[in-house]
Amino acid sequence: MTTKKARVVVAMSGGVDSSVAAALLLREGYDVVGMMMRLWSDEALGGAQHNRCCTPDQMSDARRIADQLGIPFYVLDSKDIFRNTIVNYFIEGHRNGYTPNPCLECNRHIRFDWLLNNALALDADYLATGHYARVSGDVDSGWALRRGVDVNKDQSYVLSVLGQEQLRRALFPVGEYPKSEVRRLAEELDFDVASKKDSQDLCFLGNNDYRDFLSLHAPDVMSPGPIVTTDGLVLGEHQGLANYTIGQRKGLGISYSAPLYVLAMNPFKNALVVGLREQLGRDELIAEQVNWLRGEAPAAPFRADVKIRYKATPQSASVIIGQDGRAQVAFDEPQRDITPGQAAVFYDGDICLGGGVIAKFDSELSAVV
Amino acid sequence: MKDRPEAYLDYSASTPVDPRVLAAMMPYFSEVFANPSSTHRFGRQAERAIEDARATVAAVLNCRPSEIVFTGGGSESDNLALRGAAWRARASGLPSRLITSPVEHSAVTETVAQLDQLMGFKSEIVAVDRYGLVKAEAFAEACRRGGAMASVIYANNELGSINDLPKLAAIARDSGILFHTDAVQAGGQLSLDVERLGVDLLSLSAHKFYGPKGVGILYVKQGIDLASALTGGGHEAGRRAGTHNTPFIVGLARALELAYQERDERLAHFQKLRDRLIRGVLERVDPAELSGHPEHRLPSHASFVLHGIDANALLMHLDMKGVAASSGSACKTGNPEPAATLLAAGYSAESAKSGLRLSVGRNTTIAEVDYAIEALAEAVEKLGKVQREWAS
Repeated sequence: MTTKKARVVVAMSGGVDSSVAAALLLREGYDVVGMMMRLWSDEALGGAQHNRCCTPDQMSDARRIADQLGIPFYVLDSKDIFRNTIVNYFIEGHRNGYTPNPCLECNRHIRFDWLLNNALALDADYLATGHYARVSGDVDSGWALRRGVDVNKDQSYVLSVLGQEQLRRALFPVGEYPKSEVRRLAEELDFDVASKKDSQDLCFLGNNDYRDFLSLHAPDVMSPGPIVTTDGLVLGEHQGLANYTIGQRKGLGISYSAPLYVLAMNPFKNALVVGLREQLGRDELIAEQVNWLRGEAPAAPFRADVKIRYKATPQSASVIIGQDGRAQVAFDEPQRDITPGQAAVFYDGDICLGGGVIAKFDSELSAVV
Repeated sequence: MKDRPEAYLDYSASTPVDPRVLAAMMPYFSEVFANPSSTHRFGRQAERAIEDARATVAAVLNCRPSEIVFTGGGSESDNLALRGAAWRARASGLPSRLITSPVEHSAVTETVAQLDQLMGFKSEIVAVDRYGLVKAEAFAEACRRGGAMASVIYANNELGSINDLPKLAAIARDSGILFHTDAVQAGGQLSLDVERLGVDLLSLSAHKFYGPKGVGILYVKQGIDLASALTGGGHEAGRRAGTHNTPFIVGLARALELAYQERDERLAHFQKLRDRLIRGVLERVDPAELSGHPEHRLPSHASFVLHGIDANALLMHLDMKGVAASSGSACKTGNPEPAATLLAAGYSAESAKSGLRLSVGRNTTIAEVDYAIEALAEAVEKLGKVQREWAS
């Protein structure tokens, strides 16, 4: 009599990481099923070749890897739900003066909800991805999300939206390895994708810049408006708020006696607010819609390392839990590029505690706690 | 007994080569290998095999051997028929309208579309009823306006419904329009008597009736002058250039011969299992509705619309359970379009993404059918739950 092997659906992108993830799981004896989500096909931009993720190339790469491994491979049509949740979130965020991070929302709503549920319906026990992160723990003590072994590649930031129910089902096989080792494994396995470049930008943009994307799908957020100082002095015209990021100095096209930096976007007046370097630093932020991986907020304020961008270095801060899923983060040192819409993610060493979306700096928001 | 149960119910997509067919083909790979166009005795031996095959096929089709053109498969036969007739009509200054239906195989649809877009022909697409059958009045109406040729599928691949070819062919003939039919799905099951059907051109493909892939025929009624769509040597009376594929042609003929010798038993077997399948699915699978004609349909063919179920996702679930099926919007790239056939038959865009085809074959067993029904019921229930949760 044979015991039934645990089944795992691997989200395959055709890239190195998810391909090696599938191979590692197979090696560990799982019943592995490869799956790719068809997320987007931007007809207006001239068809599928314009989005890098899930283009026919990516798909045939993934299919080829699956064949090589001898596992089934399926493509799940996810276009409607992706457009309705992630793409709209991205556009609406920009429209409201945020710089949204759709990858987190995608993990929250698409990968670890829609895809996970499709996997479970397929009698899978787990969902695996090629993220550089780790899960540890057990049923009794609960599950913890930890940073990947390769600190430079760590992707726990974009997974900070998960909960216990998802962690219980999640496998991140490459999180246990440095990237160099993953590439070596890919070569050893004779994967054609071994030398492929890492993906950089948002998957649905393809070869296009996010600005081109917004010009096409939300032209209103790309309309010119005034560049103003905090005193209300108009210095010039910007080319659409979504073109700029907080802390940006170059490319503003204005002249002033001192270097000026982007401080904020005001979507209601379509104004780009600029100021001096010393006005840029902030030592506090409010995070909204905060998610706690343990499933509940810590009872008392605590010290944590806080990451404010995917690629930022974690900074020491005190975190105070507020009402309505908010948290106040007070940094030990002022931070120059706190960007509303990006996530603030809290760490205790290599354990990811949770995170939330950075709120806009409204004066009344500072009174949340 | 296999580790996991399996049920291959996709015989409309392809069938295995019958061992007797394979045995007939074997000598022509290496023993009798010469070029059938060669003058020498070795070539003549191969040529004899091809001409014997042609006579065998002609006997089944009730036509002259000279009316049979061997091709590289059903799609090629359709291309040759349509392009050959259209180009000939153009050269002769005849009308340039091409009449067809919205439920044709893509080999017909795409060829007509190309003739329309690049060559200045005008395509006219005649409406079908809810079973996917061409409406005779609409067809007659279109034919009265004249045209170079009409092409109507014999039995539709997705819905299995069988068109009334004798009636439609007579209508075309009365208007002096050439009549072609894609009989690829019908091959091996329905009568191919071209006299009775009244067709001018007919396409077949061997792998649908237990012959090899990559070989087909086009019946071309005597007197019809097709422009060659594949020019070169004078093979096949100048209608299809290229060295004959002797073993495959022999295989096609043997497979066709066997199919019609054994037709009664085969069809009885198909029908018994097909009916059990339909009954079981309608009974056990809630959102299932039979699509296509309830009686005038291929004996091996069952098709359903599973309201509210994404058929492409369903195929994945069925595959995980070892059940091979197919969907009208079959798409391995996760970008399914509503099946054109179902849309044409009046289904909504949503329902047209939920078409499922199950087709039985000679090796299908009752156990397989019963297993497939259970697997389908279970998959539809689980998938339906996920899809309902995310609907809206």
